[in-house]
Amino acid sequence: MSVLVFIDQADGQFKKSSLEAAAYGAAVAKAMGSKAEAVVLGNITEDAASLGQYGISKVFTAANATLDTVDAQVYTDVLAQAVEKSGADVIIFTNNSTAKAVAPRLSARLKAGLVAGAVALPEINGGFSVKKTVFSGKAFAHVNIETAKKIISLNPNSYHAAAGEAVTATVEAFEPAIKAGKVQLVSQNKISGEIPLSEAEIVVSGGRGLKGPENWGMIEELAKLLGAATACSRPVADVHWRPHHEHVGQTGLAIAPNLYIAVGISGAIQHLAGVNRSKVIVVINKDKEAPFFKAADYGIVGDAFEVMPKIIEAVKKLKGVA
Amino acid sequence: MKILVCISKTPDTTAKIAFADNNTKFAPEGVQWIINPYDEWYALVRAIELKEADPATVLHLINVGTADSDPIIRKALALGGEEAIRVNSDHADPYFIAAQIAAVAKEGGYDLVLTGKETIDYNGSSIGGMLAEILDLPYISHALKLDLQGSEVTTVREIEGGEETNKVSLPLVVSCQKGMAEQRIPNMKGIMGARSKPLKVVEPVAADTLTSIRNFEMPPAKAGVKLVDAEHPEELVRLLHEEAKAI
Ligand SMILES: Cc1cc2nc3c(=O)[nH]c(=O)nc-3n(C[C@H](O)[C@H](O)[C@H](O)COP(=O)(O)OP(=O)(O)OC[C@H]3O[C@@H](n4cnc5c(N)ncnc54)[C@H](O)[C@@H]3O)c2cc1C
Ligand SMILES: Nc1ncnc2c1ncn2[C@@H]1O[C@H](COP(=O)(O)O)[C@@H](O)[C@H]1O
Repeated sequence: MSVLVFIDQADGQFKKSSLEAAAYGAAVAKAMGSKAEAVVLGNITEDAASLGQYGISKVFTAANATLDTVDAQVYTDVLAQAVEKSGADVIIFTNNSTAKAVAPRLSARLKAGLVAGAVALPEINGGFSVKKTVFSGKAFAHVNIETAKKIISLNPNSYHAAAGEAVTATVEAFEPAIKAGKVQLVSQNKISGEIPLSEAEIVVSGGRGLKGPENWGMIEELAKLLGAATACSRPVADVHWRPHHEHVGQTGLAIAPNLYIAVGISGAIQHLAGVNRSKVIVVINKDKEAPFFKAADYGIVGDAFEVMPKIIEAVKKLKGVA
Repeated sequence: MKILVCISKTPDTTAKIAFADNNTKFAPEGVQWIINPYDEWYALVRAIELKEADPATVLHLINVGTADSDPIIRKALALGGEEAIRVNSDHADPYFIAAQIAAVAKEGGYDLVLTGKETIDYNGSSIGGMLAEILDLPYISHALKLDLQGSEVTTVREIEGGEETNKVSLPLVVSCQKGMAEQRIPNMKGIMGARSKPLKVVEPVAADTLTSIRNFEMPPAKAGVKLVDAEHPEELVRLLHEEAKAI
């Protein structure tokens, strides 16, 4: 009975959400009275043993260039070998694009029940049930996993990465048999330098109330000051004021940052579905009847074009920025 | 060329979410059911476009569900596709559903199976991947673009932190999201025509279920908004720093 955490990496660096998965895996292992191990695929520039800080006692690495890109079929095959090697019964992913491609395949391969979008530690007295978001964040379901092997894909920002107890991790190079993939990579286009929206702790978001893409300077400036990512409502992405990957909501990305600041967004139910798990919601809207105020923790009824510059000034003061 | 599009039934995006039977079941009273938006807007419309480009293409739809699904299946047929297959089952376990679709896909010899990126009720994002694994086919998840040239397929898909362009040969499973196609509205001719298209009902094959829903839970209600005077936005910054400790 052990836990195996898949550590996703980007350009050789561990993803913040993968560290959350590591700490989560260590907590699951502790509750089961067993140990947590991890597997990292592809070439990394980080020290694999550093995962010990999150409670991981052993790290399997497969530094093979084929694994630097994610082919779901190849990854599944390799991860199935890692599961066998570690003897794990519980496999943890962070619920990002990589996991969405790979975890369902692994689930079918191992006949291991999968809960995708977990937001809390499993309940393991007698059964094994995991809380996940359903109805696009409007509710939760407790899902029983009925198989001996279990897969949990943890939503980013749902479990605090530092919650684990540090241990000393050993690193073992693991040499899986790698089959040739059927998918041929043509090109990759990564958005570098920005904080990925799904992992951001603070998000500043704009809606149609901002009137046009030329007015996004204040959204970007506030985001920069706060170390935040930027997002937008769907119509804003539809008319190409902002890139599609910034669109949050029911048909866009669902996020759960610590702080979500919505500027000039009405708060339609489909928008709320993607952001209502944010811990603190701030709404700036000139219409006091805007539905978003019902879902907000803090709000200002006012014109964004007058309010935002003052907020930016106050944040600069707080951060000691001239 | 044979395409199979997976269609699921979900509550309308504005539906009030409530539960019954001690929070073990979704309460369907007053709920409007729709085709899962990703299946309709992206997977189905892209398949229709591929058929328009090559009229020899066979386009079938599949749903795993009870007779309650028939209205949304007819609606999908009004958009396009020659026939639909419904696997008569009310099972909700993703692996069970994937196994049903896989059995039909294999039997029918489909070259391309399209799913939506996720169902907006269960949010599993998992049936496409499970299906691909059962069929031992490549899987392109979260595709934003799909182009065909004979049996060669070019896709653009979402990856962590960006996008990736791939080439892959049929047969293939693809999950579809925004970017793939533009939403269409069924016209009168389509709606009338859909009535006479075959909707075959088949019984499920034996398959494992790996999970089950124990119960549902609603998120705790918000305490209510604290409003700050628009003349003094600096007060908001102070509250976020000192009270909410969010910045
Ligand atoms: C099936 C379906 C799925 C959908 N999925 C999504 C989704 O994923 N995400 C999403 O966002 N939407 C989604 N929508 C659309 C959604 O219903 C709303 O239409 C959309 O969220 C509205 O965007 P908005 O708030 O930016 O624009 P609007 O509704 O136009 O609101 C603009 C707001 O800005 C305020 N405003 C105007 N000027 C100012 C000013 N100077 N200062 C301050 N405030 C100002 C106005 O009072 C208003 O409240 C979906 C719709 C459907 C039917
Ligand atoms: N009952 C079903 N019948 C047919 N297709 C389904 C069913 N449930 C889900 N799908 C397909 O699988 C996709 C992903 O669903 P999910 O894994 O539940 O998020 C959906 O967008 C549909 O295309």
